Amino acid sequence: MASAAFTVSSPAASAVAARSKVLRGGKGEARTGCRVGITRKNFSRVMMAVAVDISRFEGVPMAPPDPILGVSEAFRADKNDLKLNLGVGAYRTEELQPYVLNVVKKAENLMLEKGENKEYLPIEGLAAFNKATAELLFGADNPVIKQGRVATLQSLSGTGSLRLAAAFIQRYFPEAKVLISSPTWGNHKNIFNDARVPWSEYRYYDPKTVGLDFEGMIADIQAAPDGSFVLLHGCAHNPTGIDPTPEQWEKIADVIQEKKHMPFFDVAYQGFASGSLDEDASSVRLFVERGLEVFVAQSYSKNLGLYAERIGAINVVCSAPEVANRVKSQLKRLARPMYSNPPIHGARIVANVVGDPAMFGEWKQEMEEMAGRIKNVRQKLYDSLSAKDKSGKDWSFILRQIGMFSYTGLNKTQSDNMTDKWHIYMTKDGRISLAGLSLAKCEYLADAIIDSFHNVS
Amino acid sequence: MASSSVFAGLAQAPEDPILGVTVAYNKDPSPVKVNLGVGAYRTEEGKPLVLDVVRRAEQMLINNPSRVKEYLPITGLAEFNKLSAKLIFGTDSPAIQESRVATVQCLSGTGSLRVGGEFLARHYHERTIYIPQPTWGNHPKVFTLAGLTVRSYRYYDPATRGLDFQGLLEDLSSAPSGAIVLLHACAHNPTGVDPTLDQWEQIRQLMRSKSLLPFFDSAYQGFASGSLDKDAQSVRMFVADGGELLMAQSYAKNMGLYGERVGALSIVCGSADVAVRVESQLKLVIRPMYSNPPIHGASIVATILKDSDMFNEWTVELKGMADRIISMRQQLFDALKTRGTPGDWSHIIKQIGMFTFTGLNSDQVAFMRQEYHIYMTSDGRISMAGLSTRTIPHLSDAIHAAVTKLK
Repeated sequence: MASAAFTVSSPAASAVAARSKVLRGGKGEARTGCRVGITRKNFSRVMMAVAVDISRFEGVPMAPPDPILGVSEAFRADKNDLKLNLGVGAYRTEELQPYVLNVVKKAENLMLEKGENKEYLPIEGLAAFNKATAELLFGADNPVIKQGRVATLQSLSGTGSLRLAAAFIQRYFPEAKVLISSPTWGNHKNIFNDARVPWSEYRYYDPKTVGLDFEGMIADIQAAPDGSFVLLHGCAHNPTGIDPTPEQWEKIADVIQEKKHMPFFDVAYQGFASGSLDEDASSVRLFVERGLEVFVAQSYSKNLGLYAERIGAINVVCSAPEVANRVKSQLKRLARPMYSNPPIHGARIVANVVGDPAMFGEWKQEMEEMAGRIKNVRQKLYDSLSAKDKSGKDWSFILRQIGMFSYTGLNKTQSDNMTDKWHIYMTKDGRISLAGLSLAKCEYLADAIIDSFHNVS
Repeated sequence: MASSSVFAGLAQAPEDPILGVTVAYNKDPSPVKVNLGVGAYRTEEGKPLVLDVVRRAEQMLINNPSRVKEYLPITGLAEFNKLSAKLIFGTDSPAIQESRVATVQCLSGTGSLRVGGEFLARHYHERTIYIPQPTWGNHPKVFTLAGLTVRSYRYYDPATRGLDFQGLLEDLSSAPSGAIVLLHACAHNPTGVDPTLDQWEQIRQLMRSKSLLPFFDSAYQGFASGSLDKDAQSVRMFVADGGELLMAQSYAKNMGLYGERVGALSIVCGSADVAVRVESQLKLVIRPMYSNPPIHGASIVATILKDSDMFNEWTVELKGMADRIISMRQQLFDALKTRGTPGDWSHIIKQIGMFTFTGLNSDQVAFMRQEYHIYMTSDGRISMAGLSTRTIPHLSDAIHAAVTKLK
């Protein structure tokens, strides 16, 4: 760290200079020129020293907290007994405890016994995992699997899969843009922004019905330039919980096909939404059956409770096997300079669970239980709201929505009221995570929602 | 079946040059084949190694009934971050005590370099990074995709098979003020040639006088010399002068955690206030890339580093690995001497770390693959960790043949 005002002759001298307290004015703007400061005691002497530009990063502004993950941070800081965390979508038991699936514990113990090594995976990830994940998604008997038409890369959960796909789109489809639903998961925009892929929104949520604006959705997809990438939530739309019906999916596929758009599915809740792996994959399979090329990002964070292990996959269904090989080779070229190769632990857990019929059966059962608990909580919340709210407002959207989240229809001010007055933590778009709600807390939540909805604007 | 494809114009990408060596090796049916490609440690029996202390740590974690798999914070496991910073900078490091270090858990060395590069491309005024010639093959790709312009500085001198120190000083002197400079903390990959401490001091002074920003890549702490502190000296020298730097740390080799992808990026900043802001911006780089890092490997590292018995066990196993490699160097050197292989092979014992830059050219490398089933990268780099007392005779025969038959 040098300056024009004095020469750096030894590490000690420059260290003294560097640790000078700086009298800083202004709001974090980089200030050039000399500053006079008083050093800390060094060798029992206090010295005056001149220091120039104490940091090259002085001008770096403080970033705002993540709107979703920041909620949990705020929740942790709250000391109130009544507090409730309905922010991030992580499953909680009725006792509001995090949940590690029994089948996951079994798999990990099995892995301990096997004592496998920790060598680098290939760039595309664990082969057994890639096979299992594609079969789970498309069905093992699906022609696209049998014909070897799917390029699958193990990636860092849903986010990592989306980011790889986005990098691929940026490089090979530089003219294309991605259409994302309004609203969508908050991080989608960040992913495409950082990957430098332009995006625009298609209408999705209708606040009047607290349902799907289907006509708006179709119109916007229709109006987009041919060959756009359309980001679709495979099931359990985040944040609204509102999914198209099977008939609506057919119409969506029609317009996508007509416009030669590329369907791009984000599948973060397979098995978690309805309780059935196959049912929750039906939208994806519908598109694939039409012979379309499709991108699908997968995550095992929720359905196998493997949140922190970061396990997922990007799949690209291609027209022919040799196309899939080329696509896979280019995805690898994007993964290598990002993280070289993916982490083994979560991949082995998935491969073990899916590969053993008994464990696979147990998994399906635990998944049904998790999905079931959420459905029960929806019912109880609906019942509480209907009983307590005398205004006659129709709360049935809570029962129609599916998956971990519910879009309550609360606006930002109302959501703030939920937090400030009731110590209920949620994202500012009015989204609550039902996975973080217990039957015991439904009445309290109902009171809070009714208060926020009617008394706050 | 879909008849046409939007990917019609897409070319097949070539296999990654380093990882592709193992792919080719795996395909080879020869019983005498030797894989000296990728830098993963092998035992004397030629097997991958999971450290005993790692197995123990893993057992403790998996048997712990209160362990959960909730998302880590974007910055990773806090305990892991603190311990990692202490490991590389020293427990008494003033930079740590003054809270001037922003540390984020990342996906091993690659992930740390990429996140650091992206941060610099967004927030640093100089977008050029100087990398040594040669360097790890993935470095230029990581930094280019991060948004930086890559230039190189002279490093390896083929004539001496050592450091081109004059060239290095000249090239760094002519770099624009403020440019970023990638430095291998120890055990330079691929050459195994490291500056001496005196040379490091000269590099430090030159860099500080030109405000060049150091970006250290530390993938072999403890693995090179066998001593964690010794292998961190270059880094600590720079931290001691109070200046700023970036540090990409990997536990792939020194804890044998390759596939778990454990590492950390630390940015030593001029003040605690800056460090807080820098950390907040690092989160904005990470969130749209993979949201938060994987927990398993980081928990293993934290478990070991915070327990003094386990830490000591680790240092013993680590030294064991380093010593075996040093022994391989000596044995290979002796074997070539015994065969009277033409040339000066002393660089084999002078170079340090996992790799030796043999000085073999690509024709000789291809010959050795073809005739002797020896697999290495085409730049003549061999991984000493892939050698054993048993395979050294075969390798030295191959080198001898290559050097005498081809020029």
